[in-house]
Amino acid sequence: MITRVLAQLGSVGVSALSSIGRAHLLILNMLAGLNDIIRRPRLLIDQLYSVGVLTILIIAVAGLFVGMVLGLQGYYILSRFGGETALGLMVAASLVRELGPVLTALLFAGRAGSALTAEIGLMKATEQLSGLEMMAVDPKHRVLSPRFFAGLISVPLLAAMFSCLGIFGGWLVGGGMLGVDQAAFWNGMQGGIDFSDDLVNGFIKSVVFGFVCTWIAIYQGYDCIPTSEGVSRATTRTVVHSSLAVLGLDFVLTALMFG
Amino acid sequence: MDIPRGKVTAIMGPSGTGKTTLLKLIGGQLQPDSGDIYVDGQHVNALNNKALYQLRMRMGMLFQSGALLTDLTVFDNVAFPLREHTKLSESMIRKLVLLKLEAVGLRGARDLMPSELSGGMARRVALARAIALDPMMIMYDEPFTGQDPISMGVLVQLIRKLNDAARISSLMVSHDVAETMQIADWVYVISEGKVVESGSPEQLRSQGGEWTQQFIKGLPDGPVPFHFPADDLANDLGACL
Repeated sequence: MITRVLAQLGSVGVSALSSIGRAHLLILNMLAGLNDIIRRPRLLIDQLYSVGVLTILIIAVAGLFVGMVLGLQGYYILSRFGGETALGLMVAASLVRELGPVLTALLFAGRAGSALTAEIGLMKATEQLSGLEMMAVDPKHRVLSPRFFAGLISVPLLAAMFSCLGIFGGWLVGGGMLGVDQAAFWNGMQGGIDFSDDLVNGFIKSVVFGFVCTWIAIYQGYDCIPTSEGVSRATTRTVVHSSLAVLGLDFVLTALMFG
Repeated sequence: MDIPRGKVTAIMGPSGTGKTTLLKLIGGQLQPDSGDIYVDGQHVNALNNKALYQLRMRMGMLFQSGALLTDLTVFDNVAFPLREHTKLSESMIRKLVLLKLEAVGLRGARDLMPSELSGGMARRVALARAIALDPMMIMYDEPFTGQDPISMGVLVQLIRKLNDAARISSLMVSHDVAETMQIADWVYVISEGKVVESGSPEQLRSQGGEWTQQFIKGLPDGPVPFHFPADDLANDLGACL
């Protein structure tokens, strides 16, 4: 009984380690594909459209509503202490430091990450990746690398867009509906938000999240069992692993940056 | 196992016996546990990545599913290897693609997407793509599976004609006996990863062993038994009662 449990634990451990090894080899291969992208930027541009541009709508709508809710909640709490003039700072700091990068990454994993996994998994299931190999074209460079760099570039831009629209939403509610002084709203934000502490740290977070989410999505698609069930499971794993990775990394990065 | 140049060689055997695996080994997509594979004098399983990719440029492969890139039109699929591996002008690529599509009878379908093609048409487009770089050999993975009689007839004729016209070495993996025997010059019959018998189609028909005869004639019982190994039926029924 104990031997069987140990054997199963060992098997799970070996399988997990080998999966981590394959994922790292894949990321090295994708990074090496940068040469191909420089030679043919069209590959990257196409992916920027499908990975980034097609995610704008959900990011814009989510950013706007999150900002509006922040404006509403912030106003009710701050007004108890007569501090509603700090609403702009509160909304902006929350978005730029935390909510912008984190929620963008979570939404990106759900919209673009799952699509990447499904697309690559189906390409594997329909032998398109094998077909490329037999045509002497490396699918890691031709197919995976442009998608990886597109994700890496898109997430910080989407996070910036999320934060901007969130601030706009906060202003709509605070300044427009609840009558917070407009000058105080913007001045508080201008004086309280620091370029390196807030904007740069938020940007670093979104780059890290973009790297991790896209890596997970592509790896899950490339490593999936090439059946409909395998692709379906890989897509689910992409969303779950990406979300957990983003939340865990957010804590680590926050502790390092602001701790 | 030797695959002669300029001939159509068929590898036949039941499903799950390792036929597709053999093609992947020859194409260098899998590494053998033991043994050596040579293609045109090159030791495939000892080649580095660059040399393997150079060799693959001289090999074509027709996958069972066609493996067409679904986001590209028929024209762009056939043009794909030319754009990737040559510096030909677009006008030259256009001419070459149209000639390849004409050879498989699908010049008129050049603007269609793979999702708009029937299974037989998809394989013909894949065949046009496989010959785009004028390879020295083509490997066919189950080219006739799931085809209607007309598509099957077209593919049979195309494989033979392409082989003879372009002096390509063709290696075909199939379990469609009638079609394969019709065009193959030499046949290897394999089972459970081993060569059971080899010879010309006529030799196998007239002098083939018991196993080969069962396979060729599609007999339900013989060396490959109808029943999966099990305990005695009476004992089994007794156990249930």
